Amino acid sequence: MTTRTPARWGLRTLAFGYLGLLLLAPVAMIFYKTFEHGLGPPIDAMTSPDALHAIWLTLLMVAVAVPLNTIFGVGCALLLVRHKWKGNAVIDGIINLPFAISPIVIGLSLFLLYGNEGWFGPTLAEWGITVLFSTPGMILASVFVSLPFVVRETVPVLQEIGTEQEQAASTLGANGWQTFWRITLPAIRWGVAYGVVLTTARVLGEFGAVTIVSGSISGQTETLPLFVAKAFEQFNEEAAYAGAIVLALLALTTLLLMSVGGRKAKAQGGPIPITGDAAISTSNAKEDS
Amino acid sequence: MGIAVEGARKRFGDFQALDDVSIDVPDGSLTALLGPSGSGKSTLLRAIAGLEDLDAGQVVINGQDATTKPAQKREVGFVFQHYAAFKHMTVFGNVAFGLKIRKWDKPKIGDRVHELLRLVQLDGLAERYPDQLSGGQRQRMALARALAVEPQVLLLDEPFGALDAKVRKDLRTWLRRLHDEMHVTTIFVTHDQEEAMDVAEQLVVMNEGRVEQSGTADDLYDHPANEFVMSFVGEVNRLGEHFVRPHDMEVVLDPDERAEEAMVQRIVALGFEIRVEFVLGDGTEVWAQLTRAELQKLELREGQIVHLRPGQTKSFSGDASSPDDRGASTPRGKQGGDDAEVSAAA
Repeated sequence: MTTRTPARWGLRTLAFGYLGLLLLAPVAMIFYKTFEHGLGPPIDAMTSPDALHAIWLTLLMVAVAVPLNTIFGVGCALLLVRHKWKGNAVIDGIINLPFAISPIVIGLSLFLLYGNEGWFGPTLAEWGITVLFSTPGMILASVFVSLPFVVRETVPVLQEIGTEQEQAASTLGANGWQTFWRITLPAIRWGVAYGVVLTTARVLGEFGAVTIVSGSISGQTETLPLFVAKAFEQFNEEAAYAGAIVLALLALTTLLLMSVGGRKAKAQGGPIPITGDAAISTSNAKEDS
Repeated sequence: MGIAVEGARKRFGDFQALDDVSIDVPDGSLTALLGPSGSGKSTLLRAIAGLEDLDAGQVVINGQDATTKPAQKREVGFVFQHYAAFKHMTVFGNVAFGLKIRKWDKPKIGDRVHELLRLVQLDGLAERYPDQLSGGQRQRMALARALAVEPQVLLLDEPFGALDAKVRKDLRTWLRRLHDEMHVTTIFVTHDQEEAMDVAEQLVVMNEGRVEQSGTADDLYDHPANEFVMSFVGEVNRLGEHFVRPHDMEVVLDPDERAEEAMVQRIVALGFEIRVEFVLGDGTEVWAQLTRAELQKLELREGQIVHLRPGQTKSFSGDASSPDDRGASTPRGKQGGDDAEVSAAA
């Protein structure tokens, strides 16, 4: 399709204008406000004990929730795609729940379940485990809200690569485990990686569910988004902006890590991430039964 | 020894893919499983490889019952129609895969891989990725990968199906020569009777999940067991209950007591071969395959009334297994016009 040059430039301007107004301007504003008076104030704001604890806690959420959801997500995607079963539709629907339910509602439901009056709360309390207003509850909330990403990103890639490579590996003597590590995982790695990036971003930014279950106690159960919100409410704009910048940088780092990985694979001549190419040689593989 | 399948049955939902199939593949032979789409030939091959579980029946590979063995333990080399290349590995990595699984030493793997790459004429491309190879090269890589582990049997599922005609012909000559050198028991699946006759020593014709007939190319062509085999391994005309090969149709100008009156409908020159289409008195359409010299001698014109004397005819009374379209006598609607070429050669 060829579009005439003026039309093309018109579309480009429109796209950039839209993105600029909605995404770039607010982010740029935050940067401007943060560094308005130099590097000193934001650094001071971010090295306070509460801020450092919030950063640490946020990274802890990522460190726990992301691996958990990655392992679960890949396993679940394999189950959905490779093992046809009637119950798959149900599993598939349940996985989408965190997308469908507002994080606040998720937080409330966890509160009901693990609170003093809840189903699990009293029993766990007897065993000396406190879930609410402490780290376990926050981890639960983070895992809940970020659960679907890896599954959703991995399922289509698994479907696209088909089963022939895995079958070829098995005829060459590889057992299920070897086939998974040497054939399946490398083939789906870009789907998984993209899911991991989205999961990380979601956990980093999670606010609603975590607010409810954490109680937002400064220096104890306050993650970075909660820290930013509280600072903003208390008119501590410097800390709020600086915290926002740190959050943005953390998310950017994850994205950068992935695209660096992708470029490295491309330079080696390997398959390029998120390509439609695999479809050519693997789909329609069985015309004859 | 070799491969034996006994009483194989396999059903996918409502579809009976294999219906009591038994075949016997001699040790060291090259056998073709030939049949149309949905005839069960690929299912049978996959069952031999262990990629498909049978509902009933037995698979014996080199004297050992392999029916319940998983694919990884059957020591078969399997080549897929769409290559099933490991896209994230180089050509070297692909071919070395089975050896790495078997925990060979690195230098030994290197030697073996390069030996195989020379055999399939891919040396020099070891560091390429599958995406950087042509279809023919990818399929040769897949073959080298299957052969690397010294399989007891080699199974090829429509190995040339995704390649263009020229590469296809080259590769099948090459496969024939490779087999002569290696003597590994080989089964390959194809729907192309010309390819099967060209490459294989033994053919097994399958249809609707059953074996219709097996034997050499000559056996099948000259002594087909039924109408299906007769029409699948070559072109055929139907005259009432009788079947005649187009090259067994003799065209005579003068009336003859054994000849039937026919009108020349169309004359198609296909290089050396001439296809002449006729309509008989009762409306039946048939065709005859003539040489250029014969046509010139007869001086046939479209619309002319001539007489047809069928040479060798066959009848399979009581045989109802053949689908109607196979029995139809018109050359149009038949797949692959070059079938006749083979008929002439065989």
